Order: sequence, then C-alpha cells, then structure tokens
Amino acid sequence: MGDQPNPQQTVAVAEEEKPRTGSRRMVLNMGPQHPSTHGVLRLVLELDGEIIVKCEPELGYLHTGIEKEFEVKNYQQAVTLTDRVDYLAPLSNNLGYCLAVEKLLGLEIPPKAQWMRVMLTELTRLNSHLVWLGTHALDIGAMTVFLYCFREREDILRIFEMFSGQRMMTSYFRIGGLALDPPRGWHERVKKFIDTFPSRVDEYENLLTSNRIWMGRTQGVGRISLEDMLDLGVTGPMLRAAGLKIDARKDEPYSSYEKFDFEVPVRTENDVFARYLVRLEEMRQSAKIVRQAMDGMPEGPWKADDQHVVLPDREKMKTQMEALIYHFKIVTEGFRVPAGEVYQVIESPRGELGFYAVSDGTAHPFRVHMRTPSFGNLQATSVMVEGTLIADVIAAIGSMDFVLGDTDR
Amino acid sequence: MLPDSLRQHATALSVEAFDGDAITGGNCDRGELTIEIAAPKIGSVCGFLKFDQGFARLSTVTAVDRYPAEPRFEVVYHLHSVEHNRRVRLKCRVSGTEPAIDSVTSVWRSANWYEREVFDLFGIQFRNHPNLKRIMMPDDWEGHPLRKDYPVTGSRV
Repeated sequence: MGDQPNPQQTVAVAEEEKPRTGSRRMVLNMGPQHPSTHGVLRLVLELDGEIIVKCEPELGYLHTGIEKEFEVKNYQQAVTLTDRVDYLAPLSNNLGYCLAVEKLLGLEIPPKAQWMRVMLTELTRLNSHLVWLGTHALDIGAMTVFLYCFREREDILRIFEMFSGQRMMTSYFRIGGLALDPPRGWHERVKKFIDTFPSRVDEYENLLTSNRIWMGRTQGVGRISLEDMLDLGVTGPMLRAAGLKIDARKDEPYSSYEKFDFEVPVRTENDVFARYLVRLEEMRQSAKIVRQAMDGMPEGPWKADDQHVVLPDREKMKTQMEALIYHFKIVTEGFRVPAGEVYQVIESPRGELGFYAVSDGTAHPFRVHMRTPSFGNLQATSVMVEGTLIADVIAAIGSMDFVLGDTDR
Repeated sequence: MLPDSLRQHATALSVEAFDGDAITGGNCDRGELTIEIAAPKIGSVCGFLKFDQGFARLSTVTAVDRYPAEPRFEVVYHLHSVEHNRRVRLKCRVSGTEPAIDSVTSVWRSANWYEREVFDLFGIQFRNHPNLKRIMMPDDWEGHPLRKDYPVTGSRV
C-alpha cells in the first residue's frame, strides 16, 4: 500500500548509479514451479532491491497442441478437447465451441437445451470464481476462505457429475444440444444448492471485505490503466473493475442470454480489491441467472431436430431403418459442415473466449483457433507489475485469474 | 476493390475511402464481416481502423494454412470496437515461400504475443516485431506444428 514507486524514475536512478555501484539488479525466476502461479508459469523478474524493474512472463510449459488435434477429430469428437483447455470452466469452453459449429451449420437449438446450457454455464462461472477466490485468498494468507470455497465447489462438481457422469471434464454440451437427457431429480439438487449459495457469498464477504489485512494487501495494488488494458488485450472482470461495462452476455447475447434478467457489476477503483468485489457480485448475479433458468425451464426436446447432425433416439433406432442408417453414418464418419468461417465470442469466467472455426466442407474442422482470455490477460502482467514491490506480484497476478492450460492450449 | 455486397457496411466503406487499393476482396458470411487486405497495407489499414474507426481492441491474430494452395497462408485479424459494439475480420494472404508480413505491434501492443504464436506455430515472419521468438514450443524446436504438412503423430528419426 501507500505510494506506488514510479518505474521510469526507478530505472533512471539505477542507470545513473551504475558506474559508481555496478549493477544492483538481481534476476529472480518466479516459477515455473511456484505455488502461487497456479500452473506452470515462469516470471523472470529483474529486481532492484524489492522493486521490479522488468518482468518477462515465459509460457508454453502446458502447450499440448490442442489446436492441431482439432484437425484430426471430427466435429463432435472435438468437444472433448475443449474441456481440457480451461479446466476450471469446461462447460464454458464446450458452449463456445458448440455455438461456433452450430453457427456454421445454421442449426437451431431448442429452448430447453439453451436454458440448460445457460444454467450449467453459470454454475461453471460459480465453480471457477470459487476456485479463484479460494486460491487467491490462500496466496495472500487467508486459509479459511479456501476451505469454504472448496466446500461449495464440491456441491457444484456433484451437480456436474449428476448431469454428465464427470466432475470436471464434462463434455455435456454437444453440437445440436446436450449429451444426455437431464437426469431425474436435477431440479431439487440445483435448488438446494442455489437456495443456500447467496448466504455463503455473504460468509466470504464477512471474512474478507472489511478484513484489514485483506484490504491492506489488495487496495491500491495491481493498478493498470484502462487504455493499457484494452491495448494489451485484457478482457473480463479486470475491465469491469476499471469502470468499463463490457460483457458479451449483454453486448452480443448468445444462447438466449437476452431473456435473462441480471446486472453487470462494475467498479471504478481498478485495483485487486475492486476485482475481488466485481467477482463476488458476479457470483450473486450468476446465482440469480441459475435460479431463473431453473424456474423457467421450458418443456420440449433437449436436442436439435436435424437427423444429419444429431444422433437419433434409441427407440427410433430399434424400429426405423432410416434412424439406424443415420446413427451409423454419424458415428462412423461424423457430419459434414458447410464451408465457411465464424468467430463466436462468449463471456467465460475470465473474459472474452472466442472460437474461430474454419470449415472446408468436410467432417473435420479445417482450423480451430481459440482466443482464450487467460492468454490476453497474462500479456498485461509486465505493465502491471513493473515498478511495484515484489510482495505485490502475488496479489496482482492472482487478481488476473488466469489458467495456464487456457493460456498455452 | 470493395465487393458490391459489402457496400452497406460502414466499416468496409470507410476502409475503401481510406485506401481503395488496400482491399482485395471480402464477404459478409453468417453476419460476420471479412475484409481481405493486401498484405503490404496491413499496418496502415490497422492504424486507420484503430485510431479513426474506434477499433480499440485487437481480439486475436491467427493464421490458416491452405497448403498446397498458393498463396499458402491467410493471416487473420479479429478487431473489436467496444465503443460501437462491432467486430470485423481482416485477412491477408501470404505466400508460402519465405512467408512474411508487417507486424501490427505498433498499433496494438496485444499483437506482440499473438504474432509470436503465429510465428512459432506457422513460421510466418513478422517484420519490425520487437521480440519475435518462439512462445509455445521450446526455442530449439524444428518445424512449425500448425502447418498442414507437419504430422500430428510420430517420432523424430
């Protein structure tokens, strides 16, 4: 806290004194195995005393060639790859990819599937924000919050397991709708969770918001101007904590988000504390959306009516030759997607998640590029931490909420 | 030349007014505007779109390999105007022999890593880039994995 040192001035002083004192600088590697980088990120920090003169992020340690892998899968198989990009928000990735391919196909998704997608994506946002809050607080020294957050996260993962059979790599959204019929009893389960959740958010707030240590570690820390952020490709809660009301769910609605009533929280302080408040409020808003989706869940089919793309019902396959043939064709060859290209944007918990999908008319994607929010956000690290104290780096990079799987793909 | 189908798009018209020779084609497919730009003009067109047309954000830069067609690569830019809530895609075709294009890092700093990624995975050079080195693959890696003639599996011999 207190006065932020001026980076230019610091550098200038160090340069001036160099002939007399020799270089005072020290190079410190933070990572690739550092507990608070949440993944394998390496920051090469050049220090002058406790002040960071230069920061260079090194990434690529988790590069797995997912974009290459897309090109040898058929469209439906590739859904499973998207789970593994941002492993804290698998359903957001599923949604972005499915929407992109559905846009290429010109496929209409029935309301029930859309509502279900909205509900589960918002639960994913809660899941992701809970992990962020818990680990961020842990980094700064608040152990308790972590335990509480993971208690609620466990409930969400159980809900995911109920729907898809998987806790994390859910792949529950498929091109054309959902993977399975929503399970019996889902309504009670989600209701039970969402009834108690807002009071849990109050609990976190009680522990942190007016906690003097928390305020001391986060207020006035990690500042970076809005112009810099826009220029450097930062998106999501970071921009909203700097006063810019930007949210793809409102600006470029997808999957019927325009039919839901929610607010986009905005703060103007533009520091770590403001980002924390923005994300907490987002959790409350997400809970509100989940409740609306749950209460207003439309009746009807949960997958699109297109026999070329969507697998037929089991019952039909037992009685209709045609259904059996389509099933065989889709499973063995996949479906063809008309040539073209789309860029589909969704608001992931971390910011703008864009899928750029190019089709050449075959059953395999010609090229899929993921514009992941973590990659964009991480690029601002240098500007944000240069000239600040090394002790604030942890708080500053924690407030960016990046996932290295999402960065490196 | 601006295709006639794009005459109702303000962004496309403004680019034509700025530099008509820069446009080599374009379309509006599935509600998304694509303008094809002659590769040598990309820097000036991007500067115009950012400072005159309010495209404050560069969402992403990527490439598509059309091997064995020639020109082989398409370098694709996705621009976003927060102010007008509008997006546009720019596309430049780049030859497969010694592929190179001007960097747009002087327009948006965010281009830095995106161009490094394209350089790393496609082997396209970006002229006047401040720090053009590999970002995903190890520094001593041979080849560019996202090229179509690069195998998906297999080991080095």
